[in-house]
This record gives sequence, C-alpha cells and structure tokens, in this order.
Amino acid sequence: MLVYEKNSLSEEIELLIERFGKDRVALLPILQIIEKRHNYISEFAQQEVARLLDIHPVEVYSVVSFYNFLHRYPQGKNIVRLCKTISCDMAGKQEIEKALKRELGINFDETTRDKKWTLEYTSCLGMCDQGPAMLVNDKIYTKLDPETAVKILNDTK
Amino acid sequence: MPDTIKRAPISQQPFKVEKPLDLNAIGGMISIQINEKKVSVPLGTTILEACRDNHIHIPTLCHHPDLCIAGVCRVCVVEVDGMRTLQASCSFPITASIKIKTSSELVRKARRNIIDLLLSEHHGECYACVKNKNCELQTLSKEYGVDNMRFGHVKEPVYEVDFSSTSLVRDMNKCVLCRRCIRTCIDLQEVGVLEAINRGDKTQISTFYDKPLQDVICINCGQCLNRCPTGALYSNDPSDEIWRAIDDPQKHVVIQTAPSPRAAIGEEFGYAPGHSFTPELNTALKRIGFDRVFDTNFTADLTILEEGTELLTRLKKAIVDKDTTVKLPQFTSCSPGWIKFIEHFYPEHLDYLSTAKSPQQMFGAIIKTFYAQEQGIDPKDIVSVSLMPCSAKKFECNRPEMDASGFRDVDYGLTTRELAKMIREAGIFLPELPKSGFDEPFGEASGAGLIFGATGGVMEAALRTVYELVTGREVPFENLRIEACRGFEGIKEASVKLENVLPAYSFLEGVNFKFMVAHGTANAKQVMELLREGKLSDVHFVEIMACPGGCLGGGGQPIPTSEEIRKQRAKAIYAEEEGLPIRKSHENPHVKYIYEKFIPEGPCSELSHKLLHTHYKKRGRYII
Repeated sequence: MLVYEKNSLSEEIELLIERFGKDRVALLPILQIIEKRHNYISEFAQQEVARLLDIHPVEVYSVVSFYNFLHRYPQGKNIVRLCKTISCDMAGKQEIEKALKRELGINFDETTRDKKWTLEYTSCLGMCDQGPAMLVNDKIYTKLDPETAVKILNDTK
Repeated sequence: MPDTIKRAPISQQPFKVEKPLDLNAIGGMISIQINEKKVSVPLGTTILEACRDNHIHIPTLCHHPDLCIAGVCRVCVVEVDGMRTLQASCSFPITASIKIKTSSELVRKARRNIIDLLLSEHHGECYACVKNKNCELQTLSKEYGVDNMRFGHVKEPVYEVDFSSTSLVRDMNKCVLCRRCIRTCIDLQEVGVLEAINRGDKTQISTFYDKPLQDVICINCGQCLNRCPTGALYSNDPSDEIWRAIDDPQKHVVIQTAPSPRAAIGEEFGYAPGHSFTPELNTALKRIGFDRVFDTNFTADLTILEEGTELLTRLKKAIVDKDTTVKLPQFTSCSPGWIKFIEHFYPEHLDYLSTAKSPQQMFGAIIKTFYAQEQGIDPKDIVSVSLMPCSAKKFECNRPEMDASGFRDVDYGLTTRELAKMIREAGIFLPELPKSGFDEPFGEASGAGLIFGATGGVMEAALRTVYELVTGREVPFENLRIEACRGFEGIKEASVKLENVLPAYSFLEGVNFKFMVAHGTANAKQVMELLREGKLSDVHFVEIMACPGGCLGGGGQPIPTSEEIRKQRAKAIYAEEEGLPIRKSHENPHVKYIYEKFIPEGPCSELSHKLLHTHYKKRGRYII
C-alpha cells in the first residue's frame, strides 16, 4: 500500500472512531463502513483500527474472519451470493451456478480480473419457497432460471 | 485472575456470581448434593470448585487456574437435576440447592464422546511429541479408556509447523482449540499474538493474517507453552547442537545455570515443587560432559553493580546537575521478554531502561573474553550454553548486537525442560546424584544474585547494594529480608529513606528512595501507562519481569504451572538464599576480582560499556 493511501485510510478511520467512540463495541460498525467503502478491510486498516481502539490487531482479524460479510482480501465491486442450501439445490441451483460461472468466467470464491464481480456461496437466504435464490450486493432475487440470472448480472453492470 | 470485563462484552462473559462477603448471612451457604453426598458451599462457587473441595475428581482441559473461565472443551460436564442438558461444571456457579451427578452413565458416555471428538482432530504422534507423558490430552484419554479412534484420526499433518521463531514452535496439527494460549496471550500477558479465526468447524488458532511467529509482535515469554495442554506449542530445542558440541573434543563447552531452573528441575523428576537441586544439578551437568559449570548469579552480582552505579549516576545528574534529560525512574533490563515488550509497545520510552545487559549476556561476554584470556583458550573453540527458565533468552542470545566478544556471546539458550530431557537421555536420575559445587574462576556467587529468580529479587538485591554504597550501612531490615519486594501482588511499591549518607553521596541525604516491582507484562503495561501520565516522577527504580512470578514462572520451566507452584519455587529460592555465606552483590570476591583484573576503571566505564551494556531497538507495533 502506498504511503498516501495509508494516510488517507488512517484519517478515515480516525473520523470513524470520532463518530462511534473509542470503545471495543465500536469495532463492528467501523469495520462494516470500511468494508462498504473499500470492498474489503486491508491488513493496514485492521491494524489501524486496532491501534485506535487500543486492542490487538489479531482480535480485529479474528472478528473479520468470523463474519462472511467482512472480507480480508480485495473483492469485486459487486458480490453475487448464491444460496447453497438444500431447497435451492433441489429447485435447480446447479443450473444457475453454471450460468453464473460461464457469464463471469470465474469460479466460486473468485473475483474477476477487472475487480467488478465476486462470486460466493451463502447459507440459507430464507427464500426456500421461492428457490433458487441469490443475493446481488444487498438485493435478493428469487425463482431464478439461467436466463434471468444472466440478465440480472447485465442489468447490474 | 485476569479481568476479562475489558475484553468481552457482558453477554459473552461466563456467568459468574460473586461470593458473598459474609458466609454466615442467610443464603451465604448453599447445601447441594453431589453423588448422594450432601455438602454445603458458599454461594457462587462453581460446581468444579465444589467437587474439588470435596475430593471428587472432575476432568478438565480448557480450565486453568491462572486463566479466566472459558467453558469451551466440555470435558468437565456433569448432570444437574432439572437441567435438560449436561452442564460444564467449570462455568456453572451454584446459586440454588441442586443435585449433581458426576459419574452417571450419561456423563461418562458424553465425556468419552467429547474426548474421542477432540482426538479426531488431533495429530497424535505421541512417541515423537515433546509432551509425551506430560500431555493433558493423553492423560484424559487414558483416564477415559480410549481404545479406538471412533471419529477418525489425523494420520498425516495438515498444517505446516512454524519454526520461524528462535524461541517458540507452533504446530497447529496438535491443537485442540482449548484457547488457553489465547487467554494467556491476551488476558494474562496482554501481548495479543494469538486469537481464534474463522468460524464453526473451520476455527483455527492463528496469528495476525496467519503470519509466522517471528513476524508478529510476540515477546517470546513462552507463557503459552506452559499452559498448552498438548504439544501444539513448545520451545525451540537446541539440545542436538549442544550434544554435538559436547561430543566434539575440540570444543570447550561451558554452561551457566540460572537460579530458577535449579529450584524447579526436581519437578521434572517427580519431586513436588519447592525442592532446590543446585549441587546435584552441578554433578549432573559435569557428567553429561560440560567442561565447566558456572553460576549465572555471578553475573547477576555484576548486573547489580552496573545497574546500581548507573542508577546512582542518573540520580546525581538529575539532582546535582539538574539535568532534565535524565530519565527517571530507571527500569531494569534483565528480562528479555520485557525488553521486547517495551521495544514494541513503548518504543518512545526506551531511554528509561537501564543499558546493562541481562546476567546471561554479561556472562557470555565475560566467558569469551576474560575467561578465555585467563585460561588460554581460543574463544572460537568455546561453546557457551546457558540454562535458563526462559524461552525469550533464546531470542536474546540470537540478537545481532549481542557479540561484544567478537563472537556470539551465548551460543545456545537451554530451558529447564530441555535440560531435564538431556539429563534423562544421559541416563541420570538427578535427585540421587552426589553434590558438587560450581567451577572456578566464577565459583562463588552471592545470595543477592540467587533471588533474581523471584519477582522483586532484582530490586531486593539492588537495594542491598545501593543502600550500603550510599550510607555505608546494611539495609535496615531483619536478616536482609526486604519483605516489601517479596510476594506475588501484581505491582508492589515501597520506599526507603536515605539518612546519614556517606560524604560522596551527600546529594542523596534525606531522599525518600521509592521503588516499584511488577511482574507479568499486563502489570508492566499498567506501570507504563502510569509513566505516560507522569505519575512516576517520584519513583526512582522499577523492576519489571515479563513472566508472572518472575523468572521462576518462566516459559521454559516445568509444566504445569500455577500460582501455588510458583510460590513453592519462590520459597525454595529464598530458603537457599538464607543459607549462603555472601548475600550482597558487592561483597562477592569474584566480582571484586574481575573489576580489579579486567575492568580496572570500574562499573559503567568504557570497557564495561563495551562488554556489559547494550542498546535497544525501536520496534514499534506495526506488523509488516
């Protein structure tokens, strides 16, 4: 990471600390905002958060690794999360899976080269009666078939 | 027990009930029934405590007397009447009259299942494991008659073993996720190297971004080694290299032994804590093949003279010359764990440290210069080994700046456990050996050096010397026992008034000499915060040891450890000390001799600065 990037990140985190308070309970909201702005929480950002909250970097790392919606490594701008649970599987998840892979040219848990798309599995989205379901960023799409899935991707672009 | 309130939100803390102050008040005592036996216990006692007090055995794994309650391993489950599920007895405070069954069919089967599950993720290669026969998981599986691997067994290692650190080895193949190392590192020592990452069945114990141990902020104190119930964490063992040096007739192998291993090594041979085996250990070391056996206490005496002189110089500069750049209080620099801790966490305060090397490094420098000269041995043929209670000493002797003699001052740092292994390998049963003394020319050391092993010891030794240097009288305490320095409170504070001083030190007349003693880096952190707030301006001298209890609780000492065991070791050290003829560092004839012959300009002179003093590195907190 370049020095000026680090400096601006530090400043950003300092502002967040001012907003949420210098207490360890402020950790999650701060991490969520960093994730939202940068699509991931870098090693440096984790250490800065730890330093400013006066906790250990490894504790921040532990929290980041615990939650699926917080990322340790750079992600694409858009994240597609396909439900992997049994009812979506029975409703035809595999077809959607293939279509998504083909359209984006990547496997699951990978990011496209232009850093636009990341493909992930997720646990149940609670749409078992309307499967297969997927989550694109924070919007949910249900009753998918391969064509609509590809169309959704194109519309999101 | 460390305060976990800061770390975990209330919802995540174990359910705890404070014990009432007055047990005779109504509701103070609660009668419960454990396996048909009716007993009465104070409110808030956990089931585990109640059972142990009544001599009912309950197996435990993640529970440790030094650490906070975790309740994660579930080995200690018991049946509580009226509860739908089995309860972990270590984290169940008794608040009502309950009936407990500790060995019903349900409990027995559940425990066996839990142990089988623990074993299913454990790479158990017991014969080739450092913890063989001292492993809590092994003991548990014997206790519960594990005769097959019902849930499978890890046959091949999955993770790479981390050998990067000079002090510690981390083998996650053997980890059973009891989280003792985490609680040690974060709660007990407040260093924060290890934490659990990921979730559910993917949980692992890891460093920051899974970096090797040498890259993260580890102070090598080794407290986690002492508390790991399996062989997942152990110290980096140099005994093969040492055997090779012993077997090489060209090499002159010398060993220096620190006070704490001598007070604890008996535990490795089945003795209860609190037996000192100094003379037997000398014989054992000679039988193993070390050419000379020296006493680190000798350089502990040297340390006292150097550090004491440095302190007096600083005081003079501050009081007489009104020099505001002089940093007071002066902090001791004997504990390599503490040195690395301050380098990482308080790099801006490094000037407060005494520049004197630790006794181990002083001895290393003396052996390869003065001793080599006097005995006519080429220093390159000398292999200098140190027996230490400490894993951080391995790191210290590998520091690049520790080569004042032109060679590595100390070649290998050996811990108590590793030496016990070498003694067993040599076919020796230590406690039955004849007694013998240390070798000349450093054969005699004072009691002041001996008590370095316990927390407060350095301070006590320094006071004995500094007070006498300044006033010409002995310290005004009965039998030289400075009780204010002894004991296991986290931070101790006391003062001595300096009156009727010698003319040379007239600037100290009437000064209330104030000192502080802290052990464990969590307490050190508190002291440093006080320093940062400017509340230590009236304190003159601070002793800090990185390990709880001082060196006798070090990371290389026999396993297990607890406050009770550490107290027994301290007792052994203090008892041995009182029997010694010389009990003040400056009265040690060999120290006088070395200053006369070798460093004629005295303590803190140019030559002594070259050999016996060092400098520190601002490391900082950032992990690259």
